[in-house]
Amino acid sequence: MREVELKMIERAKQLLESGEVARVIGWKKGEFCYDPSPACFESVEELKDFVYDWFCGANLSKYLIEMAKKEGKTAVFLKPCDTYSFNQLVKEHRIKRENVHVIAVECLGKLDIEKMKARGASFVSAVEVNGDEVKAVSPAGETTFAKADVLLGKCCVCNKTHQVKDEEIILHERAEKDVDRFAEVAALEAMTEDERFAFWKSQLSKCIRCNACRNVCPACSCIKCVFDNPASGISAKANDSEFEEQMFHIIRAFHVAGRCTDCGECSRVCPQNIPLHLLNRKFIKDIDSFYGEYQAGETAEGKTPLTSYTEGDLEAGDVFKGEAK
Amino acid sequence: MQEVKKEYTPNIVAFCCNWCSYAGADLAGSSRLTYPANVKIIRVPCSCRVNPMFVLKAFQQGADGVILCGCHPGDCHYVTGNYYTRRRMALLYSFLNYMGIEKERTRIEWVSAAEGAKFSAVMNDFVKQITELGENKRLTDLRVKEGE
Repeated sequence: MREVELKMIERAKQLLESGEVARVIGWKKGEFCYDPSPACFESVEELKDFVYDWFCGANLSKYLIEMAKKEGKTAVFLKPCDTYSFNQLVKEHRIKRENVHVIAVECLGKLDIEKMKARGASFVSAVEVNGDEVKAVSPAGETTFAKADVLLGKCCVCNKTHQVKDEEIILHERAEKDVDRFAEVAALEAMTEDERFAFWKSQLSKCIRCNACRNVCPACSCIKCVFDNPASGISAKANDSEFEEQMFHIIRAFHVAGRCTDCGECSRVCPQNIPLHLLNRKFIKDIDSFYGEYQAGETAEGKTPLTSYTEGDLEAGDVFKGEAK
Repeated sequence: MQEVKKEYTPNIVAFCCNWCSYAGADLAGSSRLTYPANVKIIRVPCSCRVNPMFVLKAFQQGADGVILCGCHPGDCHYVTGNYYTRRRMALLYSFLNYMGIEKERTRIEWVSAAEGAKFSAVMNDFVKQITELGENKRLTDLRVKEGE
């Protein structure tokens, strides 16, 4: 990982020095080893804080909406999953493709500090990854985990590849995972209505309406958002209705249906650990099975499933046919 | 004093498109066909006008069932509106069921202006279905009402 990081810093330096780009979007060191944050570097000096490590899970594509409007070109480091969001934003005319220089970077999966903490590692000051083993170093000693146990949820089922790049910094190839990303959704579908309701009630009741899922979501970047409208009745957590958190999540999931690239940022940032990706993934699964396989962000052209139709589409009443329940 | 047993009458919201289904409801009326009075019709310019939020709001405000009626696919006054509706509602209804909402509470039917009899039959059937199902609680009591 360190070699990749050095190469990235080197390249960022070249780009900035030559004046090819006016800024580089990457990640900078946080307070701890596990909280690097997205950052914009406008000079070579600032690059001293540049970091690319096992905790750089953040999707940088959304930042381009604002950054690519500025004078000069913007270079950005995109992991495979981020390139889908990038394409989707280009498709929706939120980013001007010609203003961005995309550098594809390798990703062997990113780690989830919360999972490490839950498994007994606290005050982690450094991590070492050797193949499938993760060693977390802390003042209390070293803890070793299986990498699969401490990967971010989104990385556990990821087989994504770079969809767009102007150049690449890839030193290690990632092996294809043999996983079904819809397994969790299918497990929920197999439950009874009552069980599903109980599940979502217990999950969504934890929601504090911090709006982190909306703010981080690349698909949720409308200039005007229904949740910012106080008249909508669902703009903030209020005590006027017990229903609002469910309402908020249904509406949000619907608004990104057909546009969600399954980047998994919503679940990553949720402070209450609500598995929000399961909402969006249900829409993806349904779209795949009703209207043919569709992966948002695979290309920057073409129609989305909800802005197109065929005459022989499935009837809404037939959605539940063939179900045992 | 003897307790009066109140019979349960569901609240049904029917979104009807102006050009076909609303006219279909009109025909049902002028043909002296009956449908239950607890079906509240909301006229919309096209079935495509129905935002998923309308459906959710209806449930939130006390509807026990929501039915959406529009022109038959291919007959839309605006040519393609109902094709989009069909996709949206298929996904929305499937999603609501995924959230644990009874799938019987949502329905979509294509009723033309000439199908007064169909309108009446559909509404009678839907009201019967919702009456059997009972009150909608899930879309209004997600949080604190546990153990009620």
